[in-house]
Amino acid sequence: MSTIDESTNIEDTAFGKKAAGPVEWLDDRLGLAGASKRSHLLRKVFPEHWSFMLGEIALWSFVVLLLTGTFLTFWYQPSMAETTYNGSYTPLNGLEMSHAYASTLDISFDVRGGLLIRQIHHWAAALFVAAMIVHMLRVMFTGAYRKPREINWLIGIGLMVLGLVEGFAGYSLPDDLLSGTGLRFVDGLLRSIPIVGSYLEFFLFGGEFPGDVIIPRLYMAHILLIPALLLGLIGAHMLLLVYHKHTQWGGPGRTEKNVVGYPMLPVYAAKAGGFFFVVFGFTAIMGAVLQINPIWAYGPYNPSEVTAGSQPDWYMGFVEGAVRIMPNFESTFFNYTWSWNVFLPAAILPGLFLGVGVMWPFLEQWITGDKREHHLLERPRNAPFRTAFIVAAMTAYGVLWIGGGNDIIATKFHLSLNAITWFCRIGLFVLPVITFMITKRICIGLQRADANRILHGYETGVIERSPDGGFAERHAPLPVGSQFTLTNHDRLPALEAPPETDANGVAAPHGRKAKLRAKVRAFYYDGMIDKPTVEDVHHADEHLRDHDGHPVELGDEFQGVSETGVPRVH
Amino acid sequence: MSDELDRVPDTEPVRDPGLPEHQYRPTDVDAAQDKRAERQISGMFAVAALLLVGFCVGYIMIDKDQTFLGWSAMNFTLGATLGGALLLMGVGIIQWAKKLMGDHEMVELRHPAGSTAEDRADTLKDLNDGINESGFGRRPMIRRTLFLSMGALALPSVILLRDMGPLPYGHKNTLWKKGMRVVNDVAGTPIKPSDLQVGQLVNAEPAIMYEKDKDGHPVIEGTELLQEKSKAAVIVVRMRPEDITPDKGRENWGVDGILCYSKICTHVGCPISLWEQQTHHLLCPCHQSTFDLADNGKVVFGPAHRPLPQLPLAVDADGYLIAVSDFTEVVGPSYPELARDQKRLDDKS
Ligand code: HEM
Ligand code: FES
Repeated sequence: MSTIDESTNIEDTAFGKKAAGPVEWLDDRLGLAGASKRSHLLRKVFPEHWSFMLGEIALWSFVVLLLTGTFLTFWYQPSMAETTYNGSYTPLNGLEMSHAYASTLDISFDVRGGLLIRQIHHWAAALFVAAMIVHMLRVMFTGAYRKPREINWLIGIGLMVLGLVEGFAGYSLPDDLLSGTGLRFVDGLLRSIPIVGSYLEFFLFGGEFPGDVIIPRLYMAHILLIPALLLGLIGAHMLLLVYHKHTQWGGPGRTEKNVVGYPMLPVYAAKAGGFFFVVFGFTAIMGAVLQINPIWAYGPYNPSEVTAGSQPDWYMGFVEGAVRIMPNFESTFFNYTWSWNVFLPAAILPGLFLGVGVMWPFLEQWITGDKREHHLLERPRNAPFRTAFIVAAMTAYGVLWIGGGNDIIATKFHLSLNAITWFCRIGLFVLPVITFMITKRICIGLQRADANRILHGYETGVIERSPDGGFAERHAPLPVGSQFTLTNHDRLPALEAPPETDANGVAAPHGRKAKLRAKVRAFYYDGMIDKPTVEDVHHADEHLRDHDGHPVELGDEFQGVSETGVPRVH
Repeated sequence: MSDELDRVPDTEPVRDPGLPEHQYRPTDVDAAQDKRAERQISGMFAVAALLLVGFCVGYIMIDKDQTFLGWSAMNFTLGATLGGALLLMGVGIIQWAKKLMGDHEMVELRHPAGSTAEDRADTLKDLNDGINESGFGRRPMIRRTLFLSMGALALPSVILLRDMGPLPYGHKNTLWKKGMRVVNDVAGTPIKPSDLQVGQLVNAEPAIMYEKDKDGHPVIEGTELLQEKSKAAVIVVRMRPEDITPDKGRENWGVDGILCYSKICTHVGCPISLWEQQTHHLLCPCHQSTFDLADNGKVVFGPAHRPLPQLPLAVDADGYLIAVSDFTEVVGPSYPELARDQKRLDDKS
């Protein structure tokens, strides 16, 4: 490999000289140099933090899905027509099955590397959804969705929903016993939709379940419709990211007005590009050593058979749990049957999660009244209500998830199914409230600790004896950079009561709405600790000096403190 | 640099000290370290290339059926070489970026996301010019009919979907009818009451699913067979007659304590399979709805609402179990027209 010396420009290298012609040809037609210069693209700055990698994991696992999925399409046959299996997997030889199932067996046993690619594809799908969810949580916990990024948040929600549907469609394609059971569930869900349920069922399945068109239709959605939408939305997601520039954590020299980090070329491109290989390599190793979805063990789909412990892919677990713990309500109105026992948990509840997700940035803006742009991320502790709310939502999700595995938990831990179900039914409403309160207290405790560290410095571990014989631990002030980092966030707004009447003494319009807002707002900011004032810090600073007004001397054994003020141990 | 960023208002308790001084890496100051990192990184790339050659060797040399620790040797080799190579390439590139590429942080200024007032005014003017030249505002008739036709465009897009499937016809009879033999679902053999011991459960189907026409083809096959199975599959259980508490009118639906129920869960349609002899409970593996088979298939636990439909049984002249009629209740998961269909069934019987 020839290295390009720092003093050599690319246009002077042998490669550059050869490439000059074609590049000029292109630029004459596309004006790339101008576009790149105007958008600063090549040297665009990206800040660094480990949590910014989560979105990247989602992005790269999507690319892995596209690559491996394309490979699978060379052999997979989306047909429910019957055939007699006659392949390398002898236990199933001679069995009647659909072409879809038979061709998936062929990919697993007769196409070299087919099993590997199938398993990478499935692992990448699980990783894709997991990464998306964790990425969303990081965006939520840090307030990265605030103005001007609300639209990117909405795009993200769209990606998440599409990701789930895409995953489910793919899971159904092999037409094995497990995936057929999943489709049977979809059939039941469609039927439960009030009034139009039977129409949706008959139109989707082309008649009575299972029919012979659902697999080809899902195939079209799985390899064309949804990936195209995902691709378009991911493109928009990335364009907006570049346009807004990534958020960053506050700190010395890192403000709302700038972005500090490494340029796209070379460091960011290398790190991100390298990371693609890591994600691909990781999923490939998973595909090599961890079995996933061994469809040959389940057998072909048969509506009168089921395997015990049927479980959907993990990301459908919360819906599964909701369906399991729902009481068996069903009623008849106007001569129609209303299957609340399926419709509420499987359609309304996910819709509720989605609705809160869509509304959240706007709800918060309505509560705080904050219309400014935000480019510095907020530490979760500095937004206790938000943090507690997310933890509460995660708790509800977790309870549902436990409900989704109630049979497995019951047999593993010898518990009564009944008891677990009731635990989940009650827990779904009670536990989120409890975790909300606990999380909020923890956040406020951490805020207080931050204020203490700024005002009283950190504990050096050195015990001093005062002239009058008392013992005290010596405190030393935080480095100014850490102090700045800890105080680099918004001050609490003043909470004034809304005017009951307007200037002329007439009852204020929207009076009730304003009152509601004031209440929610008071609750939102309730208990939060404001950061120290200028005077506090000034005062504290004097306090941390010795009697002659010199900063406290620290012995050589002190290694200082980390950015967040935790003393380094050596 | 810091004075440019030093815009913290006076109300802030701590002033921004500005970006900390650049920290040099070992590879920046020590030529030997730099060389070592370079060698390490190229080493990773070289090993990756070797592994990829190994991938091809494995692809050609390994037999499909060979196993390695009980696991397909082909799968393991291909995955390990490909994954190993990709990981080494990825880690190598990232190490290169971290240890050797320039690592001076850069500062870029942000700008408000919105356009300037001037840009807005200019664009608005262009927009107005365009609209005015089109006469969109001045010609309401054209405008309204245009909207009308655009709205009407929805009609073909909806109507085209009509043939996605037939119109729902609600509950149709299952394959069960008077005299249809109950056969086990493994070999299609008919069942005699004496074949069943107390506590035993057998999965069964209507005999017609195993019948062949005169050319030797199954009478029902393929998709139709699956559709019928998803309605007609049953379970046959034998309990002690004294344990059974039949509802009024169902006293004669069993034969010596043998009862027959739909196997399709009334919740969302899973085939039910888990039988607890002692309690006479049948548990659905999907969402754990539990039905009491000694008590007319009633729901005792779980999200299902309707009891399992029961199929009235008798024995034919040869002593085999047969159905007395079709189900008198709708089988399978509920749907909006269920109440109406059930009423029709009730009226019939
Ligand atoms: C297909 C799935 C997705 C992909 C490929 C993806 C990819 C990315 C990437 C690579 C970034 C920049 C790195 C980072 O901040 O982590 C990003 C940022 C962002 N994503 Fe996603 N994402 C996906 C889903 C979501 C979801 C589900 C949400 C939320 C509902 C979301 C909201 C955001 C927001 C608001 C940003 C800007 C964050 C900032 O500037 O700090 N994304 N996304
Ligand atoms: S399908 Fe039987 S409980 Fe849900």
